[in-house]
Amino acid sequence: MLKRLQRGAPGNAVEGDVHTPRRHDSAHLHVSGQARYTDDLPEPADCLQIYVAMSERAHATIDKMDLSAVRTAPGVVCVISAEDIPGANDIGPVVQDDPVFAETKVFYHGQPLFAVAATSRKAARLAAMRAELEYTDAPALLDIAAARAAEDIIETPQTMRLGNAAEAIASAPTVLNGALEMGGQDHFYLEGQIALSVPGEDGALLIYSSTQNPTEAQHLIAHLLHKPSSAVTVEVRRMGGAFGGKETQSTLVAAIAALVTHKTGQAAKLRLDRDDDMIMTGKRHDFQIRYQAGFDAQGLLHGVSFDLASRCGFSTDLSLAINDRAMFHSDNCYFLRNAEIVSHRLRTHTVSNTAFRGFGGPQGMLGIERLMDQVAFEVGRDPLDVRLDNLYGGEGKNLTPYHQVVEDNVAGELIETLAASSNYRARRAEIEASNKQPGVIKRGIALTPVKFGISFTAKHLNQAGALIHVYADGTIQLNHGGTEMGQGLMVKVAQVVAHEFQVDIDQIKIMATSTEKVPNTSATAASSGSDLNGMAAQVAARKIKDRLIGFLAERDGVPIESVVFENNRIRAGDTDYSFQEVVKAAYFGRISLSATGYYRTPKIHYDRDKHRGRPFFYFAYGAAVSEVEIDTLTGENRVTRTDILHDVGRSLNPAIDMGQIEGGFIQGMGWLTMEELVYDAEGRLRTHAPSTYKIPTSADRPGVFNVEIWDKGSNQEHTIHHSKAVGEPPFMLAISVFSALTHAVSGAADHKVFPQLDAPATPERILMAVDAVRAELD
Amino acid sequence: MIRFVLDGEIQELVDVDPTRTVLEWLREDEHRVGTKEGCAEGDCGACTAVIGELIEDRVRYRAINTCIYFLPMLHGKELVTVESIGVPDQLHPVQQAMADGDGTQCGFCTPGFVMSLFAKYQGSDPALSEDVDNVLAGNLCRCTGYRPIQEAAASVEPDAGLQARFGGPKTRDLLKSLHISEAQSAEYQDPHFETARRWHRPTSEEELTDLLKRYPSATLVAGATDVGLWVTKQHRLIETAIVLNGVTSLNRIEETEQGLRIGAMVTYSDAIAHLARLHPDFGELVRRIGSTQVRNSGTIGGNIANGSPIGDTPPPLIVLNAQLELASSEGARTIPLEDFFIDYGKQDLRTGEYVRSVLIPPLADGLVFRTYKISKRFNQDISALCGAFAFEIEDGVVTSARVAFGGMAATPKRAAACEAALTGQPWTEATIDEAANAMARDYAPITDMRASAPYRMKTAQNLLRKAFLETGAPNRTRILEGVRL
Repeated sequence: MLKRLQRGAPGNAVEGDVHTPRRHDSAHLHVSGQARYTDDLPEPADCLQIYVAMSERAHATIDKMDLSAVRTAPGVVCVISAEDIPGANDIGPVVQDDPVFAETKVFYHGQPLFAVAATSRKAARLAAMRAELEYTDAPALLDIAAARAAEDIIETPQTMRLGNAAEAIASAPTVLNGALEMGGQDHFYLEGQIALSVPGEDGALLIYSSTQNPTEAQHLIAHLLHKPSSAVTVEVRRMGGAFGGKETQSTLVAAIAALVTHKTGQAAKLRLDRDDDMIMTGKRHDFQIRYQAGFDAQGLLHGVSFDLASRCGFSTDLSLAINDRAMFHSDNCYFLRNAEIVSHRLRTHTVSNTAFRGFGGPQGMLGIERLMDQVAFEVGRDPLDVRLDNLYGGEGKNLTPYHQVVEDNVAGELIETLAASSNYRARRAEIEASNKQPGVIKRGIALTPVKFGISFTAKHLNQAGALIHVYADGTIQLNHGGTEMGQGLMVKVAQVVAHEFQVDIDQIKIMATSTEKVPNTSATAASSGSDLNGMAAQVAARKIKDRLIGFLAERDGVPIESVVFENNRIRAGDTDYSFQEVVKAAYFGRISLSATGYYRTPKIHYDRDKHRGRPFFYFAYGAAVSEVEIDTLTGENRVTRTDILHDVGRSLNPAIDMGQIEGGFIQGMGWLTMEELVYDAEGRLRTHAPSTYKIPTSADRPGVFNVEIWDKGSNQEHTIHHSKAVGEPPFMLAISVFSALTHAVSGAADHKVFPQLDAPATPERILMAVDAVRAELD
Repeated sequence: MIRFVLDGEIQELVDVDPTRTVLEWLREDEHRVGTKEGCAEGDCGACTAVIGELIEDRVRYRAINTCIYFLPMLHGKELVTVESIGVPDQLHPVQQAMADGDGTQCGFCTPGFVMSLFAKYQGSDPALSEDVDNVLAGNLCRCTGYRPIQEAAASVEPDAGLQARFGGPKTRDLLKSLHISEAQSAEYQDPHFETARRWHRPTSEEELTDLLKRYPSATLVAGATDVGLWVTKQHRLIETAIVLNGVTSLNRIEETEQGLRIGAMVTYSDAIAHLARLHPDFGELVRRIGSTQVRNSGTIGGNIANGSPIGDTPPPLIVLNAQLELASSEGARTIPLEDFFIDYGKQDLRTGEYVRSVLIPPLADGLVFRTYKISKRFNQDISALCGAFAFEIEDGVVTSARVAFGGMAATPKRAAACEAALTGQPWTEATIDEAANAMARDYAPITDMRASAPYRMKTAQNLLRKAFLETGAPNRTRILEGVRL
């Protein structure tokens, strides 16, 4: 069971100080249904409802798109398509290849063709069905293999090199080859994509968007409408989940709503139906990985080569950085000595794949963890020992394939601690012995570690701003560029501010994220939310605090050093004031009580042409042991126990961090077990709703689930209160489940054959793998 | 007119779209937005609300998915939403536990979880599982990983005083005043389809047969867990809807000498205990159909009548030789259930006819019965395949074998060649191998998003092996241990 977290302020600390567990700031609103999401906002009078019609072909020329019957359908107010866009028909975040609406050709089944705005959502949907559409099909590349054969790519293959992999492998005592396929993943945020656009005066627009990236939506919508960015405001108080799916994909929805408002002068709302959302918007990239490893009799790596291929979909979106991150994590915690990592970014006639928690990292990491399992099997050792022997170490063993020196490695200590606390070695021995007995059920166990690089690999994104107002009554408004998607960013940043001012957190009002409060922000992504915005808010708070100190010192004639903020009081020399008293006096003393804060991450640099540099400020670490069982007659499987030890540095909020660790693990488990995206021969996604696309339920979490935050955790870099990012790293703890399933499958053949298991390990894939290992044994 | 109770007051709805969902009414008409839409197909539970129904003299509370629950189905009931039970300053104990126990992250699924837990808190439904995961399997959360929710749920001890806030004398009086035994009907001019539409809520089979005579193409609405999606996903026009939940004679379960007779309108939730008594496998199978919310609405009759090749109750019913009773103004007739399924989308259901009940004869002494459901996820997933076996074995020889599968053909179908290979043969592994091979002649399954054809065939054959092993079974043969019902 989880260690109960101690609640409340210890001793003389304020309520909601940093390093204390604190529930989500909106919890009381969530549970009572009073937390407002975009669809819950009161609609302005005459608000239009929008429906988006989608391509029914994967790759085709549009011969005819007659919308006259759509326009005359009951309730329809306007119909818009590409020709109605005043500016550029593009919302590509990096490369200009992402149209809002198809023009002469369609590039994926589900691509938006036109939008209908009507008096009701139902009217808009029914009207859209009246369109007369004719296409001429073109050949469609629907998967990685087809795109690779056709050499259709979104970027030239990228290569990362350390030493000479080919030579090292050739001269190694043992060489093995392997391959692994892994599926994509739908975000399945519970709140689908949505935006509400409201007209302002003089051409201004206010857009409420469920987005991780208000600034990008603002800039791209301005571009689309041929307006200055200053005319467009984008606001979001909270999202009902995002996971990367609202980093760029939300812009499409916001843009269409903005276009309708621009054309009609009326407020307009677009909320995608779940099926349309899943068909129309991007997902995690599926990957095919081939690898070759050269190693000695103990499994110590001499050299490794990886060939990574991913399905990017029809456009670039964020695929360059995502595939880069897959390369960055192809080492995970291991010193590869000599490595060559080649990455192929393939263009397909399917939806453009996008950011999803881990951002390519999980795919790269799954490759090396599979390799570790296979090397261990080859040399006949416990995979844990092979993993431990290959970990990064000191001088001469600390260089990554991208030539960053690993300076903060704690993987070994974490792994050893977890192996002991979970009793891994004894359990593994017992499992292997019991698998030798006859029986339908076989079990498996595995321990896998995580090392995840923290920073946006696009350097310019590593900046943030905040804006804090202190009002004359002593209450505080907190604004920053980060967005709340459930991860608890707002409460963490509020804790930072409560700590600076030494006021109870209830004094701080958390405001919606708006481009009119903080400009030019980065997406809340890359696990960076509290690192960046926490720092920016701290800077802003310290500016105001310094002004209050200066004011009080001068007024009371005491040294500046004698002014101390502590537990809702401010002491100046021998006198003790309430925070409110001082603020009020400062107002009358004409002291500015508002400040901005700005932060940029130090130390990072990267030469993408050479794939060398220091892309990451630091690394976050974790490890997990999972035990599984499989039914060798049906392939059914489940996780019976998972133990996790995870490093969050000095946690800003252990309650929130625990939620990220557990939730990330379960989401990763879903990716690797039951979540399966199935496209048919026409390129149609067949799993586009929860009836067909299965994410874990309450009953799927491990039967025993021991999760601990590493009590020795700290960040040797100067991050906000020496905490570490926690959003993405725990997702990859679920690789332990996949390795354990691999182990269980080998148990169906006396642990004498190494299984070829691909992800997701559905009952079908497991049964096929069981039959294959048994066939090989016979 | 539709009349129901909400927050201690009677709501009267006239001139409404008969296929407007409760969720649409709450959010769009009432601006009561605590209840969320996550999927509009009854699979995510974000829209969960609770329905109170007068059962004898008590109000029984059950969770439903409002996204596929049509407004006329509410007639005569009480609707309880997240707003009904607590406000931020005065939270209900389940709300408090979820908030304090870190059971919320993004919060979007939370009202649905709260309402599922509220139904459990009321303790008024003996059919509701005691297993929290089972109660919550119809509520998807993408953020938390569920542990805090599960612990919050486990930490709440119901307080009789707080339970009594709901279902008290006033509510009972209001519910009684709704006169649910009176038939209702209304016509609605639909602006979208530009046509008149109507709904009827008969309260007797006589009224039902009359209606079916007048409107032979009417859509019968039982629990709407399937028909709901015709509307929300396929945007189909339902001109005439006959809402069946007022026909009390279809809602009976009788254990008689002829066997267990289950009325067509009996929900899975109400049938489950009876089926589990018949055989634990049958109970476990039905427990895995849909979610608590789906089982509270969906009916055994609907599962049969819609003729789906992947409905889960037909395979076990067929091997148990269940008899289907069909009725119309011409009278009633009884056929073996297996004869009902003619082809994909085609059932032996005559114009004006409806499913009245299904009768499961008593299980023969010593009958070996097994049924298995195979899906990507254990809970709330549609079967890739569902198999059922009934064997009679005397002195080590199979004297009778009935084998049926869903998901292996265009209809739920018996495996004639497999059965033939078993009958008269010794109950041995060799026989089972022969019979498994014979199954390849019985079925030519398809590949779809749930499973490939080879997996379906292989697993169907392996389920026969599993059934065989379980008659000897020294070891565990299943991943899922029995779940407390």
